[in-house]
Amino acid sequence: MARLLAFLAAAWLTLTPVAAQAETIVAGLSQNRVSITATFVGSEILIFGAIKRDAPTPDEMLGITVVIEGPSHPITVRRKEKRLGIWVNTDSVDVNYAPSFYAIATSGPFDQLITPEIDEVRRISIPSSISVLQTEGGPDAADFAEAVIRIRSKNGLYRMQEGAVNIAQDTLFDTRIELPANLTEGVYSARIYLTRDGEVVATHTAHIDVQKVGLERWIYNLAHEQAFLYGLMSLFIAVAAGWGASAAFRLILRS
Amino acid sequence: MQIYLPIAEVSVNAFLLLGLGGMVGILSGMFGVGGGFLMTPLLFFIGIPPAVAVATEANQIVASSFSGVLAHLKRKTVDIKMGVVLQIGGLIGAALGIQLFNYLKSIGQVDLLVKLAYVVFLGVVGGLMFIESLRAFLKSRGSTAAPARRRHFWVHNLPFKMKFRTSGLYISVIPPILVGVLVGVLAAIMGVGGGFIMVPAMIYLLGMPTKVVVGTSLFQIILTTAFTTMMHATTNYTVDVALAVLLLVGGVIGAQVGTRIGVKMKAEQLRVLLSLLVLAVCLKLGLDLLLEPSELYSIGAEGH
Repeated sequence: MARLLAFLAAAWLTLTPVAAQAETIVAGLSQNRVSITATFVGSEILIFGAIKRDAPTPDEMLGITVVIEGPSHPITVRRKEKRLGIWVNTDSVDVNYAPSFYAIATSGPFDQLITPEIDEVRRISIPSSISVLQTEGGPDAADFAEAVIRIRSKNGLYRMQEGAVNIAQDTLFDTRIELPANLTEGVYSARIYLTRDGEVVATHTAHIDVQKVGLERWIYNLAHEQAFLYGLMSLFIAVAAGWGASAAFRLILRS
Repeated sequence: MQIYLPIAEVSVNAFLLLGLGGMVGILSGMFGVGGGFLMTPLLFFIGIPPAVAVATEANQIVASSFSGVLAHLKRKTVDIKMGVVLQIGGLIGAALGIQLFNYLKSIGQVDLLVKLAYVVFLGVVGGLMFIESLRAFLKSRGSTAAPARRRHFWVHNLPFKMKFRTSGLYISVIPPILVGVLVGVLAAIMGVGGGFIMVPAMIYLLGMPTKVVVGTSLFQIILTTAFTTMMHATTNYTVDVALAVLLLVGGVIGAQVGTRIGVKMKAEQLRVLLSLLVLAVCLKLGLDLLLEPSELYSIGAEGH
């Protein structure tokens, strides 16, 4: 904790205002690197910071919204329909931007902190972070976008935690965001929005590297870069283990 | 104990995987089926991505079949010559099957066709086996009848005759090669070893004695699934060695247990049980297609 405060103080001193904003955010993360090892079961990120002011505290309603967003990969969403008595994939829609992970933590009800107009511009809420390619005469894209949110929310990949950000003395804030075990590798961004009466007055962005390490990294790299060798190795391990276990079992039975 | 799988990119319980491997291994040893037709759907169910499940399953079948074959070789219940002939057909079939699979993938709907193939083949094979084996089972209970004379089909009189001493057959090599091709195609499309097709084909089409069928089928499965594993590893990068090792540690021990159970049971009993199992999986997959799914939408990587 002492180190954390020292870090905050140092950040406070070195980050003298560049912009003419009345308020700015100074913030840090408990870790900016998440290592996926063989026993990885998820992680928790602590996001903390302070609001730095040059002027007296304004009267408008203060809000802090924290977003952690994972890398996006293009996906295709399909919908099943009953055809000839069986359920078949029929319509499909390409979603050109849908983050693999998206968590929002706020200091209060989301729609009170950020107005719909601001959300549309900044793309902060979960629905506005997804962009679907609407084709002429194609199926209704909105249903498909909703389905992405529904499926990923169920898998714990999209989540909204209203009221999870603590604000102390209108200055210090902190929140915790849990990263599940089914994370995708890549660079995650952590964004903090400071709002006054629904308008964003300051933002802060940081990055979190999510990477496989050790044996996980080695296997993954080998599988992709030396695929033939990896295939042979997998077969060899399988056959050796099959033979070994069979021999061991016979020994156990005999003794 | 949770473990993070490097290729599947999910975290699962290691003991769950060992248990699944063991359970399927017992069936593999008992019936001479690779168990892929059970394991692949089970892996989908615990959240392994389908592409990884299919490819890794092929790798796991190699191992569990290997241990099963060792047990059968010791008892001399493997017709190696027949196995080699079947393997030649199997490799041709697997190569064709992978072409067909990629074509289906390019026009979409591959999931549906795989499931339909499962339902149709499991239904037909399971149904035929059940009726036939139940009849044989009832007959064998009534009287200790003399072993039925092996039927001789016209297909056996084709050219290129060969002597298969272990099976006590003198037949043309064309039918076994064709059986191998069919199994190879199915193995590549359905992501299974193909034992559930091959075992009945060997009994009813080739007229092989039941006691060598299981060992010979496992022997043939090894090469076909090894080939499939290599294809998946080099083209789709979806073989998860960590997942395979966990499944096979349970699987090889299960296969040993299963082989011992199988020896103690009557061939008719084994066939009734196997046919019931095949029909149960068929019913489950059929219901999935017929009943309205709870989630109509699904997310896939683009272009798949």
